[in-house]
Amino acid sequence: MNTKLKGGIRRLKSEWDIHLMIWPGILLLFVFCYLPMYGVLIAFKDYNLYRGFADSPWVGLKHFRMFFHSPDFWMIMRNTLVVSLLKLLISFPAPIILALMLNEVRKIAFKRVIQTVSYLPHFMSWVIVGGFVISMLSVDNGSINILLMKLHLIDEPVNWLSKPSYFWGILIGSNVWKDIGFSSIVYLAAIAGIDPHLYEAAAMDGAGRFRQIRSITLPSIMPVILIFLILAIGNVLNAGFEDILILTNNGVNAIVRDVSDVIDTYVYRTGIQTQRYSYASAVGLFKSVISVGLLIGANRLSRRFGQSLW
Amino acid sequence: MLKLSKGEQMFNILIYGLLAILGIITLYPFWNAGVVSLNAGSDTAMGGVTFWPRAFTLDNYKLVFEDGRIAHGFLITIFRVVAGTGLSVAFTSLLAYGLSKNHIMFHKFYMFFCIATMFFSGGLIPSFVLMKELHLNNTFWVMVIPFIINVYNMIIFRTFFRELPVGLEESAKIDGCSSFGTFVRIVVPVSGPVFATLTLFTAVFHWNDWFTASIYINKAQLMPVSSILQQILNSNLATEMLASQTGGNAAAINAANQAQTVSSKSLSMATMLVASLPIMLVYPFLQKYFVKGVLVGSIKG
Repeated sequence: MNTKLKGGIRRLKSEWDIHLMIWPGILLLFVFCYLPMYGVLIAFKDYNLYRGFADSPWVGLKHFRMFFHSPDFWMIMRNTLVVSLLKLLISFPAPIILALMLNEVRKIAFKRVIQTVSYLPHFMSWVIVGGFVISMLSVDNGSINILLMKLHLIDEPVNWLSKPSYFWGILIGSNVWKDIGFSSIVYLAAIAGIDPHLYEAAAMDGAGRFRQIRSITLPSIMPVILIFLILAIGNVLNAGFEDILILTNNGVNAIVRDVSDVIDTYVYRTGIQTQRYSYASAVGLFKSVISVGLLIGANRLSRRFGQSLW
Repeated sequence: MLKLSKGEQMFNILIYGLLAILGIITLYPFWNAGVVSLNAGSDTAMGGVTFWPRAFTLDNYKLVFEDGRIAHGFLITIFRVVAGTGLSVAFTSLLAYGLSKNHIMFHKFYMFFCIATMFFSGGLIPSFVLMKELHLNNTFWVMVIPFIINVYNMIIFRTFFRELPVGLEESAKIDGCSSFGTFVRIVVPVSGPVFATLTLFTAVFHWNDWFTASIYINKAQLMPVSSILQQILNSNLATEMLASQTGGNAAAINAANQAQTVSSKSLSMATMLVASLPIMLVYPFLQKYFVKGVLVGSIKG
């Protein structure tokens, strides 16, 4: 025991400079990641800023109960799930389709240009993307309204941004616009790894290009698709945050709130804007717990297909 | 050149056509924003500006640079990008280098400590409360210090460092270099690509982030340009909403637009483009690094 301890101390002495490189990072993670994890306990307290963390009284599950019984609960859950499912159905396959199409392009220069152009919006912040969306859809000068009027599809400009029925479409559309190109990179890389002999053999057997996509390209990149699908399922409760805040005037816009408020924006609204810290923490904790559960569940499911995240 | 069958030709036309449309849809908003920003604000308010400016002017850009608030915002953003990126890359790479040594004591614990933060977090409100209790809110550093360690980047750095040839560091050790000296003098110089990639990713994050300042800072003199822009857009969106509440008729919309002289659409488009210009300028040159970074991250992450 004593020799073991001495050995350990000797080892630490010989590598102390390496530990010295690690500790600043560990310390920062402790303060900015682990302290908030502990701080989540305010979900079980009646926290107020003047009393501070330690002196606020414990209240058990009060805030959770309040959330489950609040009239907002079902609306928030519905919006979160609908937006997530729409993203899963549209934003998720879109880059896969783009990668498949890019792979069929034989003119390298054309392919390069399309790739370069389609990656660009990813590097723009949501503020810029939101600015574009507002500008494109605006009533008085929006290009979309001008185009639709010219095509005689509508008689007068539509105020897209203030009609709840259009909100989900606008949200998903701007998400696809921003990230379709960048998300296709991983799929393109997976496609690049496919053995070209497979295509030659298929062509000899008389398979057309559609048939080759279906029978060679898609099955070959299936493992990558599956991994990203698992991640997406684990993220089902992260329906969106920045994108929704930007498109709803920082959550202040009540006109579309019935369809735009998801868990994360609700946490932001109740916590930061109306300063109900404990209540909002409870809602956030509820989300985290379910998310971790979903991730574990999705990973279990994928093990059946021979894929796993860890 | 092989002669293509009818079906193949149709297939090609379809694919090239769809991709070209995607390209146009992606670029058009940028183009239109450029056109609107070069158009006189009062003329823009009359509507119908699409592919070409109708009343060409550089006034909007002049206003952007003369507006003290926006110019100051750029200054804050530049400070933030420099401090935030420098500190983050330095400390994250240092952490990654230390953790690339598998043989050290507590290695497993350190790794677990880092990786766990990718799966669990306290969430927005506990972090917000923490910043308040640490008195970091309303300071410049709230936009820098919490973002110094990025575990995702740490893993990319670490993967890269572990693939370096062992002999490289051994010889430095024999020559009497300390671990820190080896890192700075040997490892960093041969790790150019990974440093370039992650420096860029970090810089883009800091340049674009508007949310941090919007919740932690309410002093005007500390606002980065992204947050100022967000406030301007908010008021534009509010105008659209106002128009809808007054029934959406053209007269009310025009009135609302005329009332809104300071943040007219042309001016806000000019601000937006100036704010995104640095990224658009570096982007074409650095695209390959970005792509490489994504691939390394997605394989290991």
